[in-house]
Amino acid sequence: MTNILLEMRGITKTFPGVKALDNVNLQVREGEIHALVGENGAGKSTLMKVLSGVYPAGTYEGDIVYDGEVRRFATISDSEHLGIIIIHQELALVPLLSIAENIFLGNEIASGGVIDWRQTFARTRELLLKVGLKEPPSTLITDIGVGKQQLVEIAKALSKKVRLLILDEPTASLNETDSDALLTLLMEFRKQGMTSIIISHKLNEIKKVADKITVIRDGGTVETLDCHKEDISEDRIIKGMVGRAMEDRYPKREPKIGEMLLEVKNWNVFHHQHRDRQFLHDISFNVRAGEVVGIAGLMGAGRTETAMSVFGRSWGHKITGEVKMRGQPVDVSTIRKAIDAGLAYVTEDRKHLGLVLMNNIMHNTTLANLPGVSTSGVIDERREAKVATDYRSRLRIRSHSIYQEAVNLSGGNQQKVVLSKWLFTNPEVLILDEPTRGIDIGAKYEIYSIINQLAGEGKGILMISSEMPELLGTCDRIYVMNEGRIVAELSRQEASQESIMRAIMRSGEKH
Amino acid sequence: MALETSAPSRQPSLGDYLKANIREYGLLVALVVIMIFFQFITDGVLFRPVNITNLILQNSFIVIMALGMLLIIVAGHIDLSVGSIVAFIGAISAIMLVKWEIHFLIVVPACLILGGVMGAAQGYWVAYQKIPSFIVTLAGMLVFRGLTYLVLQNRPIGPFPPDFQLLSTGFVPDLIPLGDPATSLIKNYFALIVILALVAYLIYSGFRERAINQRHGSENEPFIFFILQMVIISAVAIFLGFQLATYRGLPNVLVVMGVLIALYTFVTTRSTVGRRVYAMGGNEKAAKLSGINTERLTFYAFVNMGVLAALAGMIIAARLNSATPKAGVGFELDVIAACFIGGASASGGVGRIMGAVIGAFIMGVMNNGMSIMGLGIDYQQLVKGLVLLAAVFFDVYNKNKG
Repeated sequence: MTNILLEMRGITKTFPGVKALDNVNLQVREGEIHALVGENGAGKSTLMKVLSGVYPAGTYEGDIVYDGEVRRFATISDSEHLGIIIIHQELALVPLLSIAENIFLGNEIASGGVIDWRQTFARTRELLLKVGLKEPPSTLITDIGVGKQQLVEIAKALSKKVRLLILDEPTASLNETDSDALLTLLMEFRKQGMTSIIISHKLNEIKKVADKITVIRDGGTVETLDCHKEDISEDRIIKGMVGRAMEDRYPKREPKIGEMLLEVKNWNVFHHQHRDRQFLHDISFNVRAGEVVGIAGLMGAGRTETAMSVFGRSWGHKITGEVKMRGQPVDVSTIRKAIDAGLAYVTEDRKHLGLVLMNNIMHNTTLANLPGVSTSGVIDERREAKVATDYRSRLRIRSHSIYQEAVNLSGGNQQKVVLSKWLFTNPEVLILDEPTRGIDIGAKYEIYSIINQLAGEGKGILMISSEMPELLGTCDRIYVMNEGRIVAELSRQEASQESIMRAIMRSGEKH
Repeated sequence: MALETSAPSRQPSLGDYLKANIREYGLLVALVVIMIFFQFITDGVLFRPVNITNLILQNSFIVIMALGMLLIIVAGHIDLSVGSIVAFIGAISAIMLVKWEIHFLIVVPACLILGGVMGAAQGYWVAYQKIPSFIVTLAGMLVFRGLTYLVLQNRPIGPFPPDFQLLSTGFVPDLIPLGDPATSLIKNYFALIVILALVAYLIYSGFRERAINQRHGSENEPFIFFILQMVIISAVAIFLGFQLATYRGLPNVLVVMGVLIALYTFVTTRSTVGRRVYAMGGNEKAAKLSGINTERLTFYAFVNMGVLAALAGMIIAARLNSATPKAGVGFELDVIAACFIGGASASGGVGRIMGAVIGAFIMGVMNNGMSIMGLGIDYQQLVKGLVLLAAVFFDVYNKNKG
């Protein structure tokens, strides 16, 4: 048996009015990959903040025993000093600095304030080799993809002599190839004796890499599962997370598919920035009333770009092609016109593109349809409050009131506010781009239920998702995209993870 | 699967409420405290009828421009050119009125339109060419100042015809003469009656609003705060109205200003246009994806600013009775400072018209008070700078604490 590297004993952390952590225990052995799972708001991030000194000793109760001694970290640098490094979900890299500069930011190899560039670059090359990133150290962060940026973060952690690496949702914004590479790297590190804690919602990945799984629910430890003693199924983990067995992750729906709503034909779009590069080629698809249609594909396949270019040309340029609603050609050249034509686009990036975070639920709900609550340009606040209250109860948005600011809501509730906003425009076709990204399992189920309900009301749903099980569980028909083209159209019966991947791979060989 | 129902809304306590709204009450209290302080230190000169009248005349153009600037700042931009627009419009109005002898009823609208065009000329680059407003309006500030020197050929023009001067120095005549101005303490009953009527309306509408909110179950501010606020505002208004009535009545400028404040308060709080400006300032991309024409909105915010700056330019020219190339130098900074003291956020999306108005008066009272004390421009600038910093620090401190 190896040593226990970290033990957190009876950690209790209270915020004004809320007990965020209640007597949490966590034991991590040297050289293992320890997964921390739980629904959003369960207390995972708070626990890691206690560990890393973001919440200094004295602001919580309980003990942190690290490397055999009780530690009292006053700042983050105290914990970093002992090799505890956190990589946050939102990467902390400076986009316009190079890889090398980012790795040694705040920790420069310098004497007397003068940076030794030669050594900096040499050290960077060593570190990049370790994480398997083949980029010159002088490349700017903004020029590499998210997957590679994640590797730079890890290289940065390695440069600090890391002993305990904590990754908060490391694969949330990565595609499957990049996620796989990252997980393989973690397993490689494990062989070399490094210890890591990984926080993730992706249970299949956890199953793949974790030695132990600690489940947290409502601020308390539920259990620690040992993956080597027993075979832990995803359902077993979910049971711990939600406190009950989840028979079905996708609510059932009897599809009642009606007339043709949205048809897009021969859609060609050039890239937003690289203006002479064609990005989307001859895309054609359709959505019928009461139908849930999925678009599968890898990151960068052009799914979001397809949706946004159709939705009022909000992406791309030199756009050609035809859009019809109910068989009639419609003008979707501006977002306003697209909305008026009956389209709604629920963005994948709700914080930056979906919500005005500093505004309250009510104001966000009515933003896309202010004329719906006003008379000749004057807002009727009573009517507005009524609309917001209706949607709040219809979509079960959990908040103090409709006057709560969007920034203070959980991810699932934020998503419901974005949905409210679009439902209030009374669209015929809703395009949902990664509608369940970053929200917990309970809230996901509610979103699926809402999707089913909307389809039942005769709306057409176009759903873009990177989670194949989600598409398979909710869609009546799935388009597969790769490299700016639609490469397959699969019926519910034909669709499976294998058939989708096969379609992507086969199209890749052709080019 | 059973879904838990939403949490019941909790009745916020008095302390919570005060904490959430400390900025708004704090600003009003700060203005009152500053006024009382200067009243004291200037041996009662501050509240003399003639000085109150002066205070209004001196600050009206800052307040008027602050209304437009607040919209610009809420939209996430800034306008540095307003001082130069003031000077240029002053010059053009002087040329039209004095040299060409055109009637002021034509000159005033023409100059307002010209101001709008100047705003549009800048708004175009900001809204459609995506050049940062700081740079565009810095260029505008230089260009318009240069144009002013050009058209004036470096010489002041004046005096203005008397009817134009009334814009700035005129008073609303006593329409309800109840006493003989020569003997009575009250020289202008109309002013007093208008103020009393406004206060009565304010109280009436305040109570009505509460009643309606109660019926619809919306949130109301605690009764004690409501009463306190009403008492303070009414007392200040009645006192000022009384003082004005004992002098020459309501200045024309005060009427213009009052109407504009009411209009812009309405636009920012109740209209769809106002709501869209706030949404755009809060998150431009989200606003755009919600079907809001953010370019057009930005463009018109600058047009609006140009019109208000033109109005201010004419008021200043009429007040000084001459158009000079140096008119309005540094005004943009006073106007911007008024907005920030009033709680507007430099990153957009936040700010209230009443805040900007009170911010402008805080600066105005300090200017005026320090002038009466005999402090020079050096100390005035120093103190104003510190007050600006303190006000913004107060915001940041509150935000971090909350």
